[in-house]
Amino acid sequence: MTDLTDFRQSADRAFELTDDELARLRRKAQFIRLETIRLIEIAKVGHYTSVFSAAELFAALYYDVMDLRFAEPKWPDRDRFMMGKGHAAVGLFPVLVEWGFFEREILDNYTRLGNPLGDHPDMRKVPGVDFSSGSIGHALSGGLGMALAGRMLGKSFTTYVMLGDGEMQEGQVWEAALSAAHHKTQNLVAIIDRNGYQLDGNVDDVIGIEPLADKWIAFGWETHVVDGHDLVAVTSLLRRLKADSTRTKPVCVIANTIKGKGVSYMETEPGWHLGYLDPEDAQRAIDEIKSKVI
Amino acid sequence: MNTAPLSNNSWQYRELNSQTPSLNALSDALIELVEKGEPIVAGTADLQYSNGLSKFAQLHPERFVQFGISEQNMVSAAAGMAAVGMKPFVATFASFLPLLCCEQIRMDVAYSALPVRLIGHHAGISLGFYGTSHHATEDLAIMRSIADITVVAPADGNQLKAAILASANYPQPIYFRIQRGRDPVVYETVPDFVFGKATVHLTGDELTIIATGSTVHPALEAARALNAAGRSVGVIDMTTIKPLDREAVLTAARNSRAILTVEEHNVIGGLGGAVCEVIAEEGIGVKVRRHGIYDEYSLIAPPTHLYRHYRLDAAGIESVALEVLG
Repeated sequence: MTDLTDFRQSADRAFELTDDELARLRRKAQFIRLETIRLIEIAKVGHYTSVFSAAELFAALYYDVMDLRFAEPKWPDRDRFMMGKGHAAVGLFPVLVEWGFFEREILDNYTRLGNPLGDHPDMRKVPGVDFSSGSIGHALSGGLGMALAGRMLGKSFTTYVMLGDGEMQEGQVWEAALSAAHHKTQNLVAIIDRNGYQLDGNVDDVIGIEPLADKWIAFGWETHVVDGHDLVAVTSLLRRLKADSTRTKPVCVIANTIKGKGVSYMETEPGWHLGYLDPEDAQRAIDEIKSKVI
Repeated sequence: MNTAPLSNNSWQYRELNSQTPSLNALSDALIELVEKGEPIVAGTADLQYSNGLSKFAQLHPERFVQFGISEQNMVSAAAGMAAVGMKPFVATFASFLPLLCCEQIRMDVAYSALPVRLIGHHAGISLGFYGTSHHATEDLAIMRSIADITVVAPADGNQLKAAILASANYPQPIYFRIQRGRDPVVYETVPDFVFGKATVHLTGDELTIIATGSTVHPALEAARALNAAGRSVGVIDMTTIKPLDREAVLTAARNSRAILTVEEHNVIGGLGGAVCEVIAEEGIGVKVRRHGIYDEYSLIAPPTHLYRHYRLDAAGIESVALEVLG
């Protein structure tokens, strides 16, 4: 069963980033990693590596692909984004501040008593969060609802749903997968952060999910596999998907990533899914992130 | 091949269910809202002929979503639709909606404060010998304990229609607990409806029966029989379980010597629990009897047989009232 597109080979050059755009997105991904370290220092616990695997995906979506309006978090025609892996919200909040959706002062009090920003995103409290999350497995259904409603309302926005790879173990994901294919929600794009790890270990040791691409293809989704840290590949794929008005299927992008990408000792130790770096170790991590080009 | 039924007594569910007035009321109300320009969307999980949404679906297929047998997906997707500006009404059996989808309701609907309308139909033990998997005697307790969701149990088709129409501009999510569509008529016409406001049908200084949903009609019959025999028994239709009409409860508690709550639900955590909380908090010294399903799983039987067995029909409620009256 191979209906997979090797995107880099088939890509239209028109969708590729310029050198300047690439440099900018790399700075944004680095910013997301650094802000994550800064915010977790406030909370004294957090999901470093879940953000680090998705940093390029966040950067590509929020600084290149999605249609948003500065300081207008409720602009009705905006593209929507939600995360099944809501625990990576700490990497999203700084981005929402850059979009002018809420004040930096709020960010600087991350997780403090009464602050709207916690470990998981809450649409009721945080401007720019399109859907609450925290319970894994709901998001793709929420995205399906948004895609259906967008169509009913005659809107052309795209709904992006970032899913964890451990999340594939939730039954509701597959309910949504069946429904979305049946209802031909071509305006729905699921992006799986395939970083390989969940709390109890390697996803394939806990409850294996492979062959993952074949599953999505079998469920009727247009399926792509991409290196989730390759900003050129990710953006060209997402740009092309956005420009494609002929599609009749929802899209699944399997982004192969490295959990903890950017900090060497985190890349090899799954325990960093949740943890805390004391200031000295945090500085070493910051130095490493600043010294590398991903 | 002749596919016509063999006899007039044979039936098939699609045809039978199209003749149930309360279920028609659900579709009729939604059709009315769509035709007024409301951004209504209806969804179901493979039960459009059971809940009557088939009528809506035929008239407005562009506003109907079939989710198949995926209730949790349906609830989260309804939240997604509401987040974009639609007003979704999603319906499935009351046995599945609040139990199977409890966490989706809490997270995606209530916590997120999205105006989703959840319709739990065939509530209580109205599915009779389908058995416990299809009975809902915990739904009120579950839904009542979730913050920021309104819980309503209309007594008949006309009141259901009134509640649905009144929900058009209601900001909170709502759980509608309805029956199987064959409810005897309590309200001859579509009544006025305000969420959180009870309807006082009768007042009585010996006893006030507080009923909800399917128990309103038999409670009224029971009270009328008792009053005809010289007793003084009142009846309140407590359509909204949450927010509860505290004033109606307190007025009854002050003016009657006893209160009898009647619900097609476990006596724990539903209407009876809610009424007791109000009365105890106010320190009113009135006896309360909670009548319903006494913390057990229902027997197997046709629904009317079960109502007789559990004393949830008019004669049964009358006999419980007499026990309370002493």
